[in-house]
Order: sequence, then structure tokens, then C-alpha cells
Amino acid sequence: MNSLVCISKTPETTAKISFNDNNSQFDTEGVQFIMNPYDEWYALVRALEAKEQHGGEVTVINVGPASNDVVIRKALAIGADKAVRVDTEANDAFQVASEIANYAKTGNFDLIYLGKETIDYNGAELGAMIAELLDIAYISFASKMEVDGNVAKIERDIEGGIEVVEVQTPFVISAAKGLAEQRIPNMRGIMMAKRKPLEVVPSSSVQAKVSVKEYKLPEMKSGVKLVDPDNMDELVRLLSEEAKVI
Amino acid sequence: MSVLVYAESPNGKIKKAALEAVSYGAKLSKLMGLECIALVIGAAEGKEELASYGASKILQLDHANLQSFDSQNFAFAIAEIAKTQNAGVLVLSHSASGKSIAGRVAVRLNAGLVSGVNALPNLEGGFSVAKGVFSGKATAHYQVDADVKVLSLMGNAVPLEKQEGTGTVESVQLEIPAPKTKVLEVKTQDGVVPLPEAELVVSAGRGMKGPENWGIIDELAQILGATTACSRPVADIGWRPHHEHVGQTGVAIRPNLYIAIGISGAIQHLAGVNSSKTIVVINKDPEAPFFKAADYGVQADLFDVVPKLIEALKKYKASQN
Ligand SMILES: Cc1cc2nc3c(=O)[nH]c(=O)nc-3n(C[C@H](O)[C@H](O)[C@H](O)COP(=O)(O)OP(=O)(O)OC[C@H]3O[C@@H](n4cnc5c(N)ncnc54)[C@H](O)[C@@H]3O)c2cc1C
Ligand SMILES: Nc1ncnc2c1ncn2[C@@H]1O[C@H](COP(=O)(O)O)[C@@H](O)[C@H]1O
Repeated sequence: MNSLVCISKTPETTAKISFNDNNSQFDTEGVQFIMNPYDEWYALVRALEAKEQHGGEVTVINVGPASNDVVIRKALAIGADKAVRVDTEANDAFQVASEIANYAKTGNFDLIYLGKETIDYNGAELGAMIAELLDIAYISFASKMEVDGNVAKIERDIEGGIEVVEVQTPFVISAAKGLAEQRIPNMRGIMMAKRKPLEVVPSSSVQAKVSVKEYKLPEMKSGVKLVDPDNMDELVRLLSEEAKVI
Repeated sequence: MSVLVYAESPNGKIKKAALEAVSYGAKLSKLMGLECIALVIGAAEGKEELASYGASKILQLDHANLQSFDSQNFAFAIAEIAKTQNAGVLVLSHSASGKSIAGRVAVRLNAGLVSGVNALPNLEGGFSVAKGVFSGKATAHYQVDADVKVLSLMGNAVPLEKQEGTGTVESVQLEIPAPKTKVLEVKTQDGVVPLPEAELVVSAGRGMKGPENWGIIDELAQILGATTACSRPVADIGWRPHHEHVGQTGVAIRPNLYIAIGISGAIQHLAGVNSSKTIVVINKDPEAPFFKAADYGVQADLFDVVPKLIEALKKYKASQN
């Protein structure tokens, strides 16, 4: 079972979100970056579990500049065997998906894992694109997977429940909560990661189709209106007459 | 050219997400001076209603190989129909199935994709459209530089509006290959509005002290007709099911009313809920960060206040009848 795990870099979850250059750029000043939680906690760990159960190799891939290497090294420390970085800025989902699909074609991957979405651009776009570019099946938002030979039985999250799906390798899977349990890298893993291969490959110069023109921060709430705890009739009145939500 | 809307029908029924997508597509088609066509696949109880949300034509596609959901076959079918209808814009719902299809269709149509849009596009000097980014902490306006545009619409982002519509149902044919995936089972809770679609949400956190205390939350939700949600630690320790967890790493929601009970309002929690139209916070700690994000606040012990709120709502509901 050879796996390719797509990993991305996102601002840490408590990062202050602000913009510069006329609100056209995310202001990275003072922002700490981490591996996208869905990629790290669920996708990568499930791929490692599959390797532990069925053998094979886990390769992680990132499309991005050299400054992403820290995040890639963390994936190696958690247990991936090797890493690839496609050396270009990630501009939009189509460009990134094309680079990943092109790389995937050069290898022999049974499974391609992604996180269900990135917590910065919240696209949930890439998995479907990669699967289409490779003409294989895509199972999104998987919260449980059992593998038997080349057949996988997967539970995927849908509105208000789950859907149980059966699929044969090769396929693309996006990982939601539940698919695996987060693993913390230990000292040995961190030392070993330094010696694991991180291959840098040139991009195939695919053009992006969408770009962000402008960012906006939400308008501030005008301030909380406090309601007397002994007067819940007043809260009900406000909700029905002022907010008009009930 | 046309605006094509894929009106999804999970479990064989047209639901709110599809009505919203058609509503949005109809407004967009007016803006662009185009026709708005709706597409339904397989059983779609209530599809006639799409006309009254602005579809001038409702296409019905049936095929044995489309009977259960398969992202590849659905994307193939939608893309083929988009081509025959000369669609300039394709609108889908940003739902579990919409998200699995959107990227595939965009690749097939060589289109630019913006997922989770929450407003109509701006057509001045091109085509740009807004969506929430950084898990609801900001909005980004995306410029689309491709002839065909694929947009997936965030739930509860645009109001549903009935309009004059005369659309009738026409059947369309297409050859579809056997699917590569097989749906073995679908397990959904009956009678509960799923969180992403819910207009009213009652949510509780660690302040509840234990799962045995959730009776008041369920009762409050029931009186309101609301869906229940929770903070992440509460799902992690198993007090509540995983699918109720809202926030940056859980479900992102934007209901009309979000009532947060015994939740501190950590930034990762707020990220998934702060697009809610009205937020009510019940917390005994006046310093709880959630009060800064709230419209209405009650600073008190939840075990005193929630039963009082339930009584007040019962009175209100009775007076409404
Ligand atoms: C990477 C990352 C991602 C995360 N993602 C999410 C996410 O998606 N969603 C999420 O929710 N969290 C998330 N978290 C966790 C988040 O940081 C907080 O820890 C969590 O939201 C706190 O949950 P809580 O408010 O229920 O509990 P607490 O922070 O313990 O707050 C409990 C609140 O209840 C109040 N309270 C106690 N007793 C009473 C009473 N009797 N009456 C009234 N009020 C009372 C207290 O004053 C307190 O404010 C994430 C954290 C990390 C690091
Ligand atoms: N630049 C990137 N390089 C590699 N994988 C990525 C990149 N960006 C996103 N991904 C993967 O795609 C998933 C979904 O991203 P998105 O569709 O952008 O929300 C992420 O969880 C990652 O697994």
C-alpha cells in the first residue's frame, strides 16, 4: 500500500488575521504557521496506520516555496518515509491539483490522502480536482476506513449522518475528524526526519484560474446587550421583536 | 449562454440547499441577462417547486448508474449537461456532495472554481465573488479568469426568494458508465435539521459539567425547533457525538440564531460560528471572551437561566398559537 499524502501550511489557529497592501495580501507578520490540522492529525496518521498494517511507503507532497520545509520535516518526524516539494508558490486549487496529479502519475500510489479542507482558504476543492485529473474515484470527508486487499470500506460524513461506501484502489480520499488519532512526533522521529529524503521538483508552470483581489474583515458587533437573568421574557421579546429570529 | 444550477436531492428530496442554489442562480442570471436552468438527477421530490424560485426550465436526468452518489459520474453528467446548455456559470451547493463534485466539474469544464461563495458576484470589470476565508475570520473577493465559472454556494448565506417562474420539467438523456464506488448504506437521523442547514442552533460546552445534564439543552432546542451543537472538548471527551462539534476544526455554520451555553468563546470556536446572524451567550463568567462576539448576553449560572428561558419560550409559543 503506497500512499501519497498532500500536506499544506496554514496559519496557526489563534493567529491574528489582518491584511496589507491595500487589503490584497494576508499579513504574515508575527504569524506562526503549522501543518493544516486535517492533513496532520487525520490524513497523515491514517496513511501511517495503513503502512503499519499492510506495508508500503508513505510519501508526503507539498506545493510551495522552500519556507514550507519546516512543515514538511514535521510530517517526516511524525513518520512519513520521504517528501516531495513542488517548488512554486501555491496560487489556486487548480494549479496545486495539477502539480500534485502530475507528480502522482510518476509514482505508483494506491491511495492519495488530503485533509478535508485547509483552515485558511477553506476550499475543500483539491481532492475532487486531483481525482478528476487522474480519472480515479474520490471519497470525501472520510471519518473511518477499513482496508482489505485492494478494497476499502469507508464512512464519509454527509449532512446529518454518514454514508458507507466501498471502493477499490487507486482512489483519492479526504480526511475528516475520526479517521485517525493525532500523533505527536517524538525525539527519535525528529532526529530521523533530518536524514529522510526531501526531494525538490520543478513546477510544470500550470496557470491559476482564480485569484484574490481583496480581503475584508467582518464588521465588528456593535456590542453585547446584557439581559437580566431573572427576566428571560425580555430575552425572548428581543429575539422575536428586535432580532426577528424566532 | 445560461446559468445552470445543479439542484441536489439527497435521499430523493429537494431540500433547502437546492432551493437556495436556484434562488441564487436566478438572481445571477438576471444580473447577467441569461436564462436560469435547473438540473436534477434521479429522484427529486419537490422539483416542480424549483420553478417558483426562478428556474425557467427544469432538466431531469435519470440513469441506473446515477442511482446512488458517485462523485465521478455525477460530475461527468453535470459537466455534459453544462456543455449542451452552454452554461457560462454553474452553481452547486457547498454541501457534502457539492464539495465532492465541484472540483471535478471545474476540471472537466476547464472552469474557474470558487467554493463556498456567500454573495452574488460583482461583474464590474470582470467577475469577482466573495467567500469566507480563515474559517470565517475574513472575507475574500476572488477574481475568476476563465470563461466558465463554477460556484458552490454556502448554506444559509443568501435569502430564499420566491419569484415568478414558469419552468416545466423536461427529461434529458445521457450515457453514463458504471460507477467506481458503491454506496452500501446511508445513515441519517430522521426529523433533525442537519447543522449546516439549521437556522436555529443551541450549542453547549464544558460548562455543562457532564453529559447527564444535557436534558435542558435538548429541551430548549426542541421548543425552538433548533439543532444542537457543541464545543470541541465536549465532543472529544465523548459527551456529545462528533458531528455536533462546531468551530474551526469542526462544522462551520451561519444560522440566524446561535445560542452558546457554557462555552468560553475561544478563537477556534468563534471561527466556525461568528457568521451567525444573532448570537446569544449564557455564561457565568463576565470575562468570557464570547461576550465580545455576542449580540445578547446573560451573565449567570446556566443551570438557573436555561430552565427560565425554557419557561419564557413556552409562554411565548403558547401566545403565538
Ligand atoms: C488547533 C485547535 C483547533 C481547535 N478547534 C476547535 C473547534 O473547532 N471548536 C471548538 O469549540 N474548539 C476548538 N478548539 C478548542 C478551543 O481552543 C477551546 O479549548 C474550546 O472551544 C473550549 O471549549 P468550552 O468553551 O466548551 O470549554 P471551556 O473553555 O472550559 O469553557 C467553559 C465555559 O463555561 C462556563 N461555565 C462553567 N460553568 C458554568 C455555569 N454553571 N453556568 C454558566 N457558564 C458556566 C465557563 O465560565 C467557561 O467560559 C481548538 C483548539 C486547537 C488548539
Ligand atoms: N499547497 C499544497 N500542497 C499540497 N497539498 C495541499 C496544498 N494545499 C492544499 N493541499 C491539500 O488539499 C487539502 C484541501 O485543500 P483545499 O481544497 O485548498 O481546502 C488540504 O487539506 C491538503 O491536504
